[in-house]
Amino acid sequence: MNITFKAVMVVSAFALAACNNPARLGGNGVDQSAGGAAGVIPGSANDPTSIAFFQQNVGDRVLFTVDQSTVNPEGQVVLDGQANWLLSNTSYTAVIEGHADEQGTREYNLALGERRANAARDYLISKGIAGNRLQIVTFGKERPAEICSTEACYSKNRRAVTVLATGVTG
Amino acid sequence: MMTRVFAIMLAGLFGTVATVHAQQGPLRIEITEGVIEPLPFAVPNFVAENAAAQEFAANMSRVVATNLASTGLFREVPQQSYISQLTDFAAPVAYPDWRAINTQALIAGAVSVSGDSVSVKFRLYDVTTGAELGQGLALNGTTAGWRRMAHKVSDAVYSRITGETGYFDTRVVFVSESGGKGDRQKRLAIMDQDGANVQFLTDSSALVLAPRFSPTGDRVLYTSYETGFPKIYVLDVGSVQKRVLQSEAGTMSFAPRFSPDGQRVVYSLASSGNTDLYSMDINTGSSIRLTSAPSIETAPSYSPDGSQIVFESDRSGSPQLYIMNASGGEARRISSGDGRYGTPVWSPRGDLVAFTKQNKGRFHIGVMRTDGSRERLITASFLDEGPTWAPNGRVLMFHRETQGASGRSTLYSVDVTGRALRPVRTPDGGSDPAWGPLQ
Repeated sequence: MNITFKAVMVVSAFALAACNNPARLGGNGVDQSAGGAAGVIPGSANDPTSIAFFQQNVGDRVLFTVDQSTVNPEGQVVLDGQANWLLSNTSYTAVIEGHADEQGTREYNLALGERRANAARDYLISKGIAGNRLQIVTFGKERPAEICSTEACYSKNRRAVTVLATGVTG
Repeated sequence: MMTRVFAIMLAGLFGTVATVHAQQGPLRIEITEGVIEPLPFAVPNFVAENAAAQEFAANMSRVVATNLASTGLFREVPQQSYISQLTDFAAPVAYPDWRAINTQALIAGAVSVSGDSVSVKFRLYDVTTGAELGQGLALNGTTAGWRRMAHKVSDAVYSRITGETGYFDTRVVFVSESGGKGDRQKRLAIMDQDGANVQFLTDSSALVLAPRFSPTGDRVLYTSYETGFPKIYVLDVGSVQKRVLQSEAGTMSFAPRFSPDGQRVVYSLASSGNTDLYSMDINTGSSIRLTSAPSIETAPSYSPDGSQIVFESDRSGSPQLYIMNASGGEARRISSGDGRYGTPVWSPRGDLVAFTKQNKGRFHIGVMRTDGSRERLITASFLDEGPTWAPNGRVLMFHRETQGASGRSTLYSVDVTGRALRPVRTPDGGSDPAWGPLQ
């Protein structure tokens, strides 16, 4: 499956605006302001092998409905893109973070986050990614991406985020 | 008849029991589910028996007054309304002066300080009958431990009037929270039940969750992301030494709790998209699996006799409460109302289960009998969560998080009947409280 990458810089600005916590876990440490030259800058969002490119153009997250951990059709499109990217960028491993919204108890949300992360991992494995490249972790409701207390934020917090790293996982 | 001997150990020093006999008066609060009129009490500043005791005497009597008033069972008669003052611990009490201002219980104390040693003695008077209630009591301790001595006096007064064991000389372990909702820093902390003497047990370099005391209060179980993944740890409160209890790669563990004998830990282990309950021998580290359903099983809590476990499961489609034998096997559902139930905690008295309930967009702390009957919701807010029982099973502490981007989490305590809801003041925000044993 091919993903069309259009209007790279526009999408990238949009994606940055939509992310409240770029420096948190999974932050790529790349100085985004260094872009601007015409050529491909290694590590920047227009380097298709970079983490920034993955986050902004492939999409690093899939969203879930309340209490659910089934990957929906939109999520499958994102994960298909992630799988393709991981298949061609084999030096990367990933930790998939599972998250929940703040409705629900701490313990239940930890378990729910693990389910969501595992659902994303299983999907990627079904698309040919080696299981030993994919770890999972749950954060329950501890690390919201959006911090309002309405469904507008909750829908973005019920997520599984694929956080890339270079190197080998255990 | 009041024949109880208060055998009290205080930081290596021992208390002595004065031998003043008294008759039992009718001064009594029966804690029932009905609304009661708080019992009016007076605590004149304790008599300072020497100059060095001045400040301690005033402070200790204030701690006693605050403790008693915090229960909602007692109401302090303001010091400004006193007709007579207590300046001599041995002098006879002018009962008519206390009756005239509608005082029913009078607590008289005296403090002396020598070097870093403190002695406090107190008497409890039933103003209505004009008699002393119970025996006078004397305690010795250190100046550094003066609050604990005041808590012990409070426990004795509470116990004599209610017939229940006290809970003031206790500590609470909790998560101290700072920073905004999107960047929250969490550290383990321990404090006295009234919020005083906060000490941090961990730094905020790793996310920590849900600490739980051992039955004797010497150790704390908790969940930490020290390795990047949630794992359960045990920490020695005295030495602050910690060790991971469960470290199997590719799994995550959380929601640990001690068994009542302190020998086992029941916890959740998540692996391959499924969370089940396990029980570990804390000395050998060997675990047995208690549940093996594809649903989520978490938030386990032992019955006081250790024979059963109440827990949370979504096997029916939504989170509900279940009870099973401590060794696993068939579970019976106990929650039956509308909404979602979580974080069940068995009362130390054995009679009730406290829980978090989510219904129609609100959160509640509630209690039900262990057969699921007589459900009672005792709080309501945008987000109330995680109850813990005072060791006498009469008071609950929990945390309340406010709504929105500036949301902040605060510890609250409430009487099991729903009275006396009040915040517990901590330096930063607080969550996940766990009440320790009476010391």
